Amino acid sequence: MLSQDLNTILPEIILSLFAMGALLGAVYTVKDKSAGLLVWLTSGLFVALAFWIGTTGEGTTTAFSGMFVDDAFSRFTKVAILLAAAAVLVMSQDYMQKRDLLRFEYPLLIALAVVGMMMMVSAGDLMSLYMGLELQSLALYVVASLRRDSVKSTEAGLKYFVLGALSSGLLLYGASLTYGFAGTTSFAGIIEATEGGVSLGLLFGLVFLSAGFAFKVSAAPFHMWTPDVYEGSPTPVTAFFATAPKIAAMALFARVMHDAFGNSIADWQQIVAFLAVISMFLGGIAAIGQTDIKRLMAFSSISHMGFALMGLASGTAFGVQAMLVYLGIYVAMNVGTFAFILSMEKDGRPVTDIGSLNMYSKREPLKALAMLILLFSMAGVPPMLGFFGKFYVLQAAYDAGLAWLAVAGVIASVISAFYYLRIVFYMYFGSDKDDALDANKSPVLWGFLMASAAIMVLGVVNLFGIEPLAEAASLALVN
Amino acid sequence: MTPALIAFYAFAVTTIGGGLMTVVSRNPVHSVLWLILAFLSSAGLFVLLGAEFVAMLLIIVYVGAVAVLFLFVVMMLDVDFAELKAEMARYMPLALLIGVVLLMQLGLAFGVWGFSEGVDTRLAQPISDAENTKQLGMLLYDQYFLIFQLAGLILLVAMIGAIVLTLRHRTDVKRQNVMVQMSRDPAKTMELKDVKPGQGL
Repeated sequence: MLSQDLNTILPEIILSLFAMGALLGAVYTVKDKSAGLLVWLTSGLFVALAFWIGTTGEGTTTAFSGMFVDDAFSRFTKVAILLAAAAVLVMSQDYMQKRDLLRFEYPLLIALAVVGMMMMVSAGDLMSLYMGLELQSLALYVVASLRRDSVKSTEAGLKYFVLGALSSGLLLYGASLTYGFAGTTSFAGIIEATEGGVSLGLLFGLVFLSAGFAFKVSAAPFHMWTPDVYEGSPTPVTAFFATAPKIAAMALFARVMHDAFGNSIADWQQIVAFLAVISMFLGGIAAIGQTDIKRLMAFSSISHMGFALMGLASGTAFGVQAMLVYLGIYVAMNVGTFAFILSMEKDGRPVTDIGSLNMYSKREPLKALAMLILLFSMAGVPPMLGFFGKFYVLQAAYDAGLAWLAVAGVIASVISAFYYLRIVFYMYFGSDKDDALDANKSPVLWGFLMASAAIMVLGVVNLFGIEPLAEAASLALVN
Repeated sequence: MTPALIAFYAFAVTTIGGGLMTVVSRNPVHSVLWLILAFLSSAGLFVLLGAEFVAMLLIIVYVGAVAVLFLFVVMMLDVDFAELKAEMARYMPLALLIGVVLLMQLGLAFGVWGFSEGVDTRLAQPISDAENTKQLGMLLYDQYFLIFQLAGLILLVAMIGAIVLTLRHRTDVKRQNVMVQMSRDPAKTMELKDVKPGQGL
């Protein structure tokens, strides 16, 4: 029994053992000098595990008396998380090295955070959910304040920690109410308990749980930490925040809503739809006044999470499929955009002001073009991949009878197009000042930027075949 | 009233009283002492429940370690609590309003409380009459093996985090190297000179 269970969580075990082994190895040998090697080893392991999880694994297996679920949904999201984390980790090496931030603990903390995320998306019980969530969050709090000599970075870590603890408190309170009503913490038990309808007490639990999840996916009105944390953290860490943890938190949200509260879709649908509308509009409007590109990306991620939540709000299998496709596209766009932001520097110092991009197209036409494609894709301009992601969730919302939500989504998407296009305007038609950015020669960043832009254009053919995979994943979750 | 019931009410009242005094007492050191009273009374409640091991853990870990640590921190930190309280008083009306609204909402939730159907079949059943530690061990290392190990990983991350954020390798300070000190050779480091009177070196 135990050996079967251990076999099911083998990828997580391997990753944890790697993190602990590498930690011991680095501490007793060359310490920070091994950081570069560890970054590559960790990302290599991420890719290998993603390949392994993606190609093997059949059907649905539960382990540890239902605490851990291995199904098509968890496998899809795990592959996405691992690949996103690997990409961001490789991109960060150059930046961290230059700023003397590349400590050997960094890749290992990321690895442990990824273990937490893998636990989150496979959670089959409120307790394993919470443990995975805390493992992820705690590692992220630490990497947020990795630049400990900077007040802003420390502030980012502290803010993230305090608000994250608050959201964990809300989540735990919701979990305790749910337990009190259902008499069990396992999702299978909760869905059995709600067959005869939901009592008001359980509804309170559901609301508190949703509030906790909304904090973690940075959906408005629980988004306050996002801009400050994104701005204060070192840029590679910001890039990481904007990718893998978002997938994990959204997947967890979807799993709890469908696996545990699948009988009361009408009850949570309005909560999620409300979160989606507020996030889309707030992300679109608040970003207009931003001049710091990292803060702008924070608001952009809030608005993107609103769109992903729209897929979840439709409460159907197609909605979950749309959410997964949207998240996949969102991560691919963000990896490219952050590769560009990481390469923004002047006199060896990182620059995050949008004004520094004035007339960028004259100096580096190819990179400017790639960024243009990515920004168009984020805004949802038709020929790019981002449009199809938005189209998917809008269709899901419309099919589920939420036409008003779809209309609101279109309006919000038009509003948020403004600030993406403003960057394009700066790059192509801005005033030519002499505070030009240095030419960053990092081939890794260049490669990721170009690959991401190429995906945005070439992906329109068949979305690289993630559609059937996302469909299988959503059918595993919603039945 | 059975003795157990009397004991329950005594412990419950002291727990709530201790908790209340922790919050309202003016002197932070007194607050910590009230907190210890609350911990001890809740340990008593655990004993009444038949969870002796948890009760002892509460006393050893919370009273013995955590509360004493609090006490040291409170005594060592020079925090002007009067000023903090004055700051707090400014937000008191709003905080009170929100608190009352929340309390009413929770009252609503509690008022309509009802267990779901068939809750008895889902509730965890007592394992056996075995002693506390054995039962806990059977749960932790069997049913809850996964989350027990995850808790260990979380503590590991906390430890790594504390080291990453605070440890500094300073190169501009002299450090004591015991081996170097002990292996100093008097013949090499000391030289005896015979200074003749009236002459310098």
